[in-house]
Amino acid sequence: MTVTNVASAGGVPDVGGLWTVLAAGDKLQAPSIEYGKLSPTLIVLGVAALGVLIEAFAPRKSRYGAQLSVSLLGLAAAFAAVIGLAASGAGTTRAQIAGMGALAVDGPALFLQGTLLLVGIVGVVTFAERRLEPSAAGSRVDAFAAQPASVPGGEGERQAVKAGWTTTEVFPLLMFAIGGMLLFPAANDLLLLFVALEVFSLPLYLLCALARRRRLLSQEAAVKYFLLGAFSSAFLLFGTALLYGYAGTVGYSGIARVVSGSDAVSDPVLAQTAGNDALLLIGGALVVMGLLFKVGAVPFHMWTPDVYQGAPTPVTGFMAAATKVAAFGALLRLLYVVLPGLSWDWRPVMWGVAILTMLAGAVVAITQTDVKRLLAYSSIAHAGFLLAGVIATSKSGVSSVLFYLAAYSFVTLGAFAVVTLVRDAGGEATHLSKWAGLGRRSPLLAAVFAIFLLAFAGIPLTSGFAGKFAVFKAAAEGGAGALVVVGVIASAIAAFFYLRVIVLMFFSEPQADGPSVAVPSVMTTSAIAVGVVVTVVLGVAPQYFLDLAGHAGVFVR
Amino acid sequence: MSPVNYVYLAALLFTIGATGVLIRRNAIVVFMCIELMLNAANLTLVAFSRMHGNLDGQIMAFFVMVVAAAEVVVGLAIIVMLYRSRHSASVDDASLMKL
Repeated sequence: MTVTNVASAGGVPDVGGLWTVLAAGDKLQAPSIEYGKLSPTLIVLGVAALGVLIEAFAPRKSRYGAQLSVSLLGLAAAFAAVIGLAASGAGTTRAQIAGMGALAVDGPALFLQGTLLLVGIVGVVTFAERRLEPSAAGSRVDAFAAQPASVPGGEGERQAVKAGWTTTEVFPLLMFAIGGMLLFPAANDLLLLFVALEVFSLPLYLLCALARRRRLLSQEAAVKYFLLGAFSSAFLLFGTALLYGYAGTVGYSGIARVVSGSDAVSDPVLAQTAGNDALLLIGGALVVMGLLFKVGAVPFHMWTPDVYQGAPTPVTGFMAAATKVAAFGALLRLLYVVLPGLSWDWRPVMWGVAILTMLAGAVVAITQTDVKRLLAYSSIAHAGFLLAGVIATSKSGVSSVLFYLAAYSFVTLGAFAVVTLVRDAGGEATHLSKWAGLGRRSPLLAAVFAIFLLAFAGIPLTSGFAGKFAVFKAAAEGGAGALVVVGVIASAIAAFFYLRVIVLMFFSEPQADGPSVAVPSVMTTSAIAVGVVVTVVLGVAPQYFLDLAGHAGVFVR
Repeated sequence: MSPVNYVYLAALLFTIGATGVLIRRNAIVVFMCIELMLNAANLTLVAFSRMHGNLDGQIMAFFVMVVAAAEVVVGLAIIVMLYRSRHSASVDDASLMKL
């Protein structure tokens, strides 16, 4: 930070640097912020704040339209800003550290921010779907509770439903979450990493609790997600504190220099703490643990199935896609920029985590009977495949993970959007037995879901195959051949239950009291269409996008 | 007294907090244990800040306080909501979703 830089440059005594500097008559420099480089995040957070104002001042009738248009415009503007930055070379030749060392503006950050913004646009669109629920009081309602504060089944809820209220606060909450996620993979010091983690987690905890149907389940999911999420962020924070103690700084590059021991240390205190490997190893392990929780890797995956099942399905889709993108970005940057000097220590551990994650996710998914839980365990297995790319510790490892994340997130969004359409009297029919014979009843929807399942399974000509191939190739080249073998076995196990769902949809008799397929508005239709198009394009002609990820594979230090 | 002792104290507090999260059953108490863990991290930060003689750790402690306050707002809202619909804040009772 500025203060300490000035202090050390002035050669003043070490303790209480700020006061000594000011007494000596120096000027405290204002930080210089590159607003242009930070514009994607600033736009999104500004729009989120604007959304709060709309909630406060706009009349209830006009909020939905205002929130929806403001959110979409903001995300589109932020995406344009990311494209502008990438076109000016900020992702490759002119990559730099911005915001006084707090943020990196480089290839991986811009690629993931672009992905997150597109995921966010699709997320907003699925949040805005108002054709599926029966209308109340003449106004159409969405998948979110009429009044989340009211007791489920109580008088307050009845009145709110009767009045046709909706929770338009979901749009600002979503925008705050996206804002935090944009910061997360770009964070270049541990303080911003922690703050960004909380900025995107807190809105997600709330969004999980807002389902219109099955509210007890939704509230339970929110409590579990919140308590476990806060628990894991406390571990991340304590790890941060230990790493700060080890290196005397929270900046990534500063810690990396102390880890590698490249600088001669003159400060006796720093020489003492930097010689203490326990601080480094425990601190690094705790921070990685916090990130693996967000990723949903075994053994930190316990929250995933419950939260995915209980949360409103549009939220689940957004969360499954975007959290994974943001958290893997942060994990990559931490392991590749801060702890490369420690790779002999973390690689064996990550090997174990990756193998456990792939196998546990694939094996437990076989026993699932609920579509949302099935997709949750499949997301755990995919976290394992992504970890194989992380372990490669090479440039192709980074770019393959970037490509996989982009491919996976649109498949996930599309799959959960399909889940919102299969409904019976009680809302979404998520039990797998109800999906039997869906292919006879509505062939188009079943075919679309089959495409997504094939992409999850990694069948050629879908994006899942291109992603998996890139990740496994990078892992094999990085000396993790055994991991690739385990990955292929896990893929085969996973393919079994994906195909089982396809067989169930197309080759079994439909039940008499089976669910009906709701006809969505243009919102969900376009979300599913985007999912299908991205899945097929990335599967049939992945080269352009692989190149794009390949160019974006270098972290700025 | 050497600042190192405060780091040991913080590690002890963090362990007590983590143990509490794992063994206590009331959601409010679990949440208080998480706050204890955050404050243990704060104590570590200021102790190391004193040792290293720079302000990064102290500034970070301020940020942690703000974040913890925001977390209390969200967390208590969710826990109170759970209590109002179930008349129980026990994390064991919240078990509608099982494998």
